[in-house]
Amino acid sequence: MKYLDEYRNPGIARRILAEIKSVTRNPWVIMEICGGQTHSIIKNGIDQLLPKEIELVHGPGCPVCVTPLEQIDKALVIAAQPDVIFASFGDMLRVPGSEKDLFMVKSEGGDVRIVYSPLDAVKIARENPEKKVVFFAVGFETTAPNNAMAVWQAHREGLKNFSILVSHVLVPPAMRALLSSSQNRVQGYLAAGHVCTIMGCEEYEPIAHEFKVPIVVTGFEPVDILEGVLMVVKQLEAGTVAVENQYARVVRREGNRPAQELIKKVMQVSDRKWRGIGEIPASGLSLRPEFSDHDAEVVFQVGDIQVEEPEECISGLVLQGLKKPFECAAFGKQCNPQTPLGATMVSTEGACSAYYAYSRHQLA
Amino acid sequence: MCLAIPGKVLEVYEENGLKMGRIDYAGTVNVACLSYVPDVEIGQYAIVHAGFAISVIDEEEAQKTYEVWDALVEAAAEEGTDIFGMPLENSEPDKETGGGKS
Ligand code: SF4
Repeated sequence: MKYLDEYRNPGIARRILAEIKSVTRNPWVIMEICGGQTHSIIKNGIDQLLPKEIELVHGPGCPVCVTPLEQIDKALVIAAQPDVIFASFGDMLRVPGSEKDLFMVKSEGGDVRIVYSPLDAVKIARENPEKKVVFFAVGFETTAPNNAMAVWQAHREGLKNFSILVSHVLVPPAMRALLSSSQNRVQGYLAAGHVCTIMGCEEYEPIAHEFKVPIVVTGFEPVDILEGVLMVVKQLEAGTVAVENQYARVVRREGNRPAQELIKKVMQVSDRKWRGIGEIPASGLSLRPEFSDHDAEVVFQVGDIQVEEPEECISGLVLQGLKKPFECAAFGKQCNPQTPLGATMVSTEGACSAYYAYSRHQLA
Repeated sequence: MCLAIPGKVLEVYEENGLKMGRIDYAGTVNVACLSYVPDVEIGQYAIVHAGFAISVIDEEEAQKTYEVWDALVEAAAEEGTDIFGMPLENSEPDKETGGGKS
């Protein structure tokens, strides 16, 4: 892809690295929010190229990883029903619930289908009026407008057989929760570029000022990440606090207004449980009551499934940047991408999976 | 999950009341919903996430990137390296990303 290659360019990367080295005087802990950034950092060894004063810790920005166990169990219950077609993005299929995953439900005869867009699931509903079609609506702000559009479209077409199982989480409340924790080590943030593409940069201003942390909206390519780190370090060394936008080629300050409007029309802010972290108030989205016909938790009455996380998995600490994956006793042993114990090992955006894929266990 | 990649808008049409388009991602063509980028035109580049275009990439920025790109990649290839000076044959093809995730 021609467009991207400037952002993978070794010459530019070396120049930025040299600049980071020259401005760094003190030790700093910087968190990248997004799992896509974590993947890119580990894959390209960016954390090892940075001066030793700078520690990158990996944030909770992988929607697959933070989807709570009970939400997976609800999906499994719904997908196993004979009159249901259950549609999902592929990466949710191997996420372990408390007893099985969606792949097992599929092999036991459940009609589980992988789709590329939630509109594909609406199409399946249109073509199969005798079936109930459920889409697993997992994600951050980036995915919310797509799922809102699917519900809006089904509503407009009167497709009563289409619903979504919502597990939407919001990034700024999680950033706030991490900074408020007594264990917090984070001094600066690389904010998630594509979340900001939808929501814009404005909601980060109060967080930056209240907690005195520089926040730089950052892209995903190696050069983007290095530039984001440089911008954060410059602020930290100068003692300034501001929200800056490294990813301006994609992110507008105000975000994507039509997308924000449809999210507001179809969804409302609600409390959400994050896998491994627990409940964070006002940290997610749910369907508005007007759209409850399209809310799978209402349609299938699975609202009160509650389960506990497996004990050996420390993914909650990994997701908060408090532990590195190789500090988990199960890492690379009982827990690996073939037999994952936690969701951070399933998704390629999860820190455990990134460390495993790029052999970081050998360094432990 | 959050894979979002840039592609070029080849065609714009309407389907079930939604603005849709055919998008070329460096040779692979797929459809995407264009309702969130209502002003996008054929020939422009957009970032596409899970079947929806979410941002139009600034024309000038895209163009500028193109101009510097060739020279930079050639220079790196002459040194036989990729990003961070890794030898080209040991480097991994970047098939799964091509863009960011979030
Ligand atoms: S290595 Fe496995 S068990 Fe350990 S924290 Fe990561 S996902 Fe959980």
